[in-house]
Amino acid sequence: MKINPEYKELAWQGLWKNNPGLVQLLGLCPLLAVTSTVVNALGLGIATLFVLICSNATVSAIRHWVPKEIRIPIFVLIIATFVTCVQLLMNAFTYDLYQSLGIFLPLIVTNCAIIGRAEAYASKKPIKLASFDGLMMGLGFLAVLMVLGAIREILGQGTLFDGANLLLGPWATELKVQIYHLDSQFLLAILPPGAFIAMGFLIAGKNVIDSKIAQAKPKKLEQAIERVRVNFES
Amino acid sequence: MAFWIASSPHNHQQSETSALMRLVIYAAIPGIFAQWYFFGWGNLIHILLAVITAIVAEFTVLSLRNKKITTQLFDGSAILTAVLLGISLPALAPWWITIIGSFFAIVVVKQLYGGLGHNPFNPAMAAYVMLLISFPLQMTQWQPPLSLLAMDIQLTDTLAVIFTGYTPQGYSVEQIRTHIDGFTMATPLDTVKTNITLGLTVVESMQAPTIGKHFGVGWEWINAGFLLGGIFLLFKKAIQWTTPFSFLLSLFICSFIGFIISPDSSTSTMFHWFTGATMLGAFFILTDPVSGATSVKGRLIFGALAGLLVYLIRKFGGYPDAIAFAVLLCNMAAPLIDQYTRPRTYGHKLGVKK
Repeated sequence: MKINPEYKELAWQGLWKNNPGLVQLLGLCPLLAVTSTVVNALGLGIATLFVLICSNATVSAIRHWVPKEIRIPIFVLIIATFVTCVQLLMNAFTYDLYQSLGIFLPLIVTNCAIIGRAEAYASKKPIKLASFDGLMMGLGFLAVLMVLGAIREILGQGTLFDGANLLLGPWATELKVQIYHLDSQFLLAILPPGAFIAMGFLIAGKNVIDSKIAQAKPKKLEQAIERVRVNFES
Repeated sequence: MAFWIASSPHNHQQSETSALMRLVIYAAIPGIFAQWYFFGWGNLIHILLAVITAIVAEFTVLSLRNKKITTQLFDGSAILTAVLLGISLPALAPWWITIIGSFFAIVVVKQLYGGLGHNPFNPAMAAYVMLLISFPLQMTQWQPPLSLLAMDIQLTDTLAVIFTGYTPQGYSVEQIRTHIDGFTMATPLDTVKTNITLGLTVVESMQAPTIGKHFGVGWEWINAGFLLGGIFLLFKKAIQWTTPFSFLLSLFICSFIGFIISPDSSTSTMFHWFTGATMLGAFFILTDPVSGATSVKGRLIFGALAGLLVYLIRKFGGYPDAIAFAVLLCNMAAPLIDQYTRPRTYGHKLGVKK
């Protein structure tokens, strides 16, 4: 079975090279606002992932019948539909998490990462590729959310996976890891400014890794172009 | 023999950064001495901790950035930042407050922006604000002056409180802060603010033991010490007169207007001048040449804005003192102020567009 190289490229783009969180810097509002704990980040990340896959697939499926002039409102409607689905689902099954995500759950509609993918990729490609792109972009976004959430939770409260039972059910209470004990919370890490600072460090870290990779790669020798006189008249 | 004719300027200032920084640190000594005399060893310990952390942090970042370590590490700017931070912390704050604050000031506020001369915010004040919003409990446990304490606090007691939270006799910070009559004491500014919300007038608040005869036991002398140091700096031409002058004048005018309008709920002008961190802010913080405005007119506006902000936050805001917040807000405004107060270069006419 031959795998289309486009898939590999899509995975690389979504997870690292064109990561919606670290490189495109899209959807910063939820990224910074709800990543105070890993569980919040995970909840929002999964919701975004779901919306991204579904909206990409739908947009791609109807791409031949959408008039170009009104495509944006149609995309927004599609995204809003899926966000409403997610919202109702979370309201039904993970009510506490729904409460703690608050307004940022419906605000997924305005997440530019989603409409950006719909416009830039899904509206031009077949369903399979588009949904795979949604999956990879969503995973990339989810990864950034998780890392940011982990950093802020460890710095702010000294725990990891606090409140995992909100998302996964009562058994997950045991997932909570107490890394170290704090007498008082480090509020800066929990408040939005801490998210901005941690985000800056993450982006810097990614750039450092990128430049290390670029240095490690053997440089391609530039072929010297020797000019030959072509003007025979003089 | 030919004369070598150099172009202007002919008079050079030979002093280096380190000399200037050392001068500012010396100038802070009277204030620190007053702090030690009235509040004990706490701030000296914090200054020491902050300086050590700052040097370690500066060394680490400089070596990561492949900079010249010997010259930049000992140019005194990191030490000055640490000293200012140590002065402004509550005397009995736990040790990790200072470590985190000093580390943040050097690594994030100063070095991440490119080191000395590139930081948009005053590192000491940014670190102070970070600590204040991150650890509100620890950062508001101000120690009352020694003369009002029910117990005698020696160097060992202070050390033990800072590093373990309790004195060797087992008293907590909260117990140390408690007056002999059983109520917790705060700073003069805090006392007045709380009393106003309780419906007391300013005149009644002035009876509080922390305020004493004038504007606050100890605080008036600390401010006088920093004023003295500031005048020394002015005399040495280490700082310009413009920023402190306009800051103090602006604070004076604002508090005077407030006092005229409602003397029962506003404190006097001199109370604003001689409590809290007013003089430290005026002469040591706002005069930071990096994060402040540049031109003479710009500095006047910068200082006046800071004075207005300090008064507004002290009077109407949620925090009793406001130097750090005002300084940060003014630092943000400094580039804009600079843009609109660019001085006329010689030979150019006013109002002529190119």
